[in-house]
Amino acid sequence: MSDPTYGVLAVTAVTLATILIGSFALRFSRTTSDFYVASRSVSPVWNASAIGGEYLSAASFLGVAGLILTYGVDMLWFPVGYTAGYLVLLVLVAAPLRRSGAYTLPDFAQARLESMLVRRIASVMVVLIGWLYLLPQFVGAGLTLRVATGVPGWLGGLLVAVIVVFSVATGGMRSITFVQAFQYWLKLTALAVPVVFLLIAWQADGRPALDDSRPPTFRERTTVTVRTDVSFVVTDPVRTVVTGRLDGTTYDAATRRLDVGAHVAREGARLTFPAGAVVPHAEKLEPSSGHDWARPLSGAGGRDHPLYSTYSLILALFFGTMGLPHVLVRFYTNPDGRAARRTTLVVLVLLGAFYLFPTVYGVLARIYTPDLLLTGATDGAVLLLPQRVVGGLAGDLLGALVTAGAFAAFLSTSSGLTVSVAGVLSQDVLRGGVRDFRVAGALAVTVPFLVSLGAGSLAVADVVGLAFAVAAASFCPLLLLGIWWRRLTDVGAAAGLLVGGGLATAAVAATIGGATRSGWLGALLAQPAAWTVPIAFLVMVVVSRHTQHRVPPNVRRTLVRLHAPESLPLRRDPPVHRRPA
Amino acid sequence: MGDALTVVALAAVVLFVVTLVWRLVPLRRDLGTPADRATFNTLHTASLAAPPLRCGLTAGGAGRAARHLRALLGTPGLAISDTEQLLAWDGAGDGHGAHAVRHAQPATEHARTEVVGPAGVACADPDCPIKVGVVAPLVVEDRVVGSLTAYGLTASAGLVRATNEVARWVSAQLELAELDASRTRLVEAELRALRAQISPHFVYNSLTAIASFVRTDPVRARELLLEFADFTRYSFRRHGEFTTLAEELRSIDRYLLLERARFGDRLQVTLQIAPEVLPVSVPFLCIQPLVENAVRHGLEGRPGQGHVTIVAEDAGSEALISVEDDGTGIDPDLVRQTLAGGHDGDSVGLGNVDERLRQVYGDDYGLVVETAPGAGTKVSMRVPKYRAGVHA
Repeated sequence: MSDPTYGVLAVTAVTLATILIGSFALRFSRTTSDFYVASRSVSPVWNASAIGGEYLSAASFLGVAGLILTYGVDMLWFPVGYTAGYLVLLVLVAAPLRRSGAYTLPDFAQARLESMLVRRIASVMVVLIGWLYLLPQFVGAGLTLRVATGVPGWLGGLLVAVIVVFSVATGGMRSITFVQAFQYWLKLTALAVPVVFLLIAWQADGRPALDDSRPPTFRERTTVTVRTDVSFVVTDPVRTVVTGRLDGTTYDAATRRLDVGAHVAREGARLTFPAGAVVPHAEKLEPSSGHDWARPLSGAGGRDHPLYSTYSLILALFFGTMGLPHVLVRFYTNPDGRAARRTTLVVLVLLGAFYLFPTVYGVLARIYTPDLLLTGATDGAVLLLPQRVVGGLAGDLLGALVTAGAFAAFLSTSSGLTVSVAGVLSQDVLRGGVRDFRVAGALAVTVPFLVSLGAGSLAVADVVGLAFAVAAASFCPLLLLGIWWRRLTDVGAAAGLLVGGGLATAAVAATIGGATRSGWLGALLAQPAAWTVPIAFLVMVVVSRHTQHRVPPNVRRTLVRLHAPESLPLRRDPPVHRRPA
Repeated sequence: MGDALTVVALAAVVLFVVTLVWRLVPLRRDLGTPADRATFNTLHTASLAAPPLRCGLTAGGAGRAARHLRALLGTPGLAISDTEQLLAWDGAGDGHGAHAVRHAQPATEHARTEVVGPAGVACADPDCPIKVGVVAPLVVEDRVVGSLTAYGLTASAGLVRATNEVARWVSAQLELAELDASRTRLVEAELRALRAQISPHFVYNSLTAIASFVRTDPVRARELLLEFADFTRYSFRRHGEFTTLAEELRSIDRYLLLERARFGDRLQVTLQIAPEVLPVSVPFLCIQPLVENAVRHGLEGRPGQGHVTIVAEDAGSEALISVEDDGTGIDPDLVRQTLAGGHDGDSVGLGNVDERLRQVYGDDYGLVVETAPGAGTKVSMRVPKYRAGVHA
């Protein structure tokens, strides 16, 4: 473990910078004694940076690399899907949604279907999706702080929760474009700069590659510190130096031979493996050779039914993005539908650039930090790599930079989500003014934080994937049918939201609650999008067709407004002659 | 440890959802005595019939109300007509509906309840439950606007009385509808008046200010004239009750440009606008009158500089907008009277803006005025980013 000072400094700096920029930007963005402020709307590039800032969460920053380290190239669909979701959004949703004038998803439901019931169901879904998305942020924050400074896991989550509640309650960080845009560039820098050094170090190291025939091995004598109790499986007998409790016996720097089979290491145990030993894997992971790891749909790492899981994941990510509450709120800032499309296009570019880096981290982690496969804390790969590969002061500094970026990821995503969830809670559930907004903010954070305490073993990106699945099974049909199908009725939308969202939520609850992850049932529960999304669409269409008398009375007018460009002279005054120049 | 926490947290989520559903779906938990229940049922049926009737006497509204009204009377057939034609028929035997207007004619002419005997009503089918009709006129402001006819086997005294009462209740709802409509017309008239109200002083002052530049600085005079043209075009536009905050601010920019031509450096303006709220839809001309007031209170009738500050900030699902001046201030009692709708003398449009905001967004969203004589004035409002039916 390196000196924790740098980590603490990095986290403090990010927190302070975020709060300070929040309060200063409030002043900067508002102080203009100049005229024509009205034409200075938020440009697509700023807006897109802000969307990127809120969107790139712990899952993107830490989770993707961890999953690639463990499960191989199939996990590349995570970054691809996170990005491609915006393509679907761009083509099918962005401009009509902006023209609807809706600020939140429940607003859209009400505007399109003219029904308070659908609005309320949508509100509940927003809260559930928001909570599900907040949960891994707290898990990731705990992990980051533990890796950087060695404090217990729950403390990092608590820290983020407190900062977010504080800033929401005091009115800072409320969807201020400037702050969120800053967060994107901070995160990009925090990943991109270390990558340069990592690649140089890798080059200098003789460009080591993975062993095609064997699971990963320790490149050098490595000491693994166990932070939480772990059960691991040894496939190759190996002599280790053990300090702490292993298999029910306490050792003090004793040399012990680990036989083939399962072993249990208690919290605080330290095991030192010789160079070249095959890395024992945590019980829930399966060792796989470099060849399997690099082969698509091989089921590397112990995922059952890789073909189904991959397609289900693709469906969830491609169609889930449009249903994320904190993303849609930002589209309101665009002056019109055209600007909304441009913003989405820029978002695609920004995300595409960002996601190159977690992939590099994932591959390097397989080479340099395979010991994470033993402890199972694979999400820490990004944080550990700089110290492990570069080392020395430079390694510490780069590690601090990555830590800062990760913390920025939790803060920005959590605050964006909390504002969205709290807004819906206070507007549609608690009904009230500012005081209620604070209560709602606290409630929005408390529930997922409590769940996160018990969900420490879940992969961050996996849980975020589940949030996408619920969004895809509830809001994707609502948005797509609402925008493109005039025969959608309020009853149909309500039924589809309840059935699709309900089934997906149930599957997610079962997965988080620890239901089986193996076999067909496990695959269906862990990746529910492939069956819940079609069911949701089907229910919405069938029920709507049977309740055609309930088509909203103003549906034609609504659809014209959604699809006609703002520049079309609908209901405008007669044109004036252009004045002479 | 971890699993137990997960279970607790999941239980909390489930509990939350159940509570939510419990709150959203009200159940009849206490049923009361049979008499109570009869009263509840009657009132509930009446309350179902009320909303469609509140749109006025139209075919659509009558159609939706007829079902509930027939349930209220317990007759096999019910017709609602205006003075010309049948609007709605509910019950057995559609053929009877065709004659409803003829049945209703005597009652609407004499403005009193009439019974139409089997000779005029009964059809060839001996099993048809419709033999007689009881016609009651619908009267709005002493004018017969239509009729309600209950059809049944016999015209008992009870049925006649019940029909009478239901017709009076329907008339009351129609009168309320009339009231709603006239209130809407009033607001529209006020909005038109407000558009017209901007002009006299301001037009005169602007034109004289522009005139003073015609010789000394013709380029500026031309620019100002064009700004003036654009300003009037926006203010006098015909369509739409709503506009975007960006449009409203653009018009205010023009207005202030013209005022600065008149006052020169005496008028100091600070605009602090969060770009995030520019796309928000706001009622047309809801800020402009406040700025006009601020300029007047801040500058007129006193020497030296006056500051006007316009702030629009982002607050989650709402935008906060305020207009502040450091001028003479107003007597709070006068403001209270203005906002209460009594007196509208000194502050142009303050009461009007307040009323329109309340009408669109609800009573929680009125103007907030902070002022005292000599201490300047700050007028602020909250505007929700989305409200059903509000589109720029």
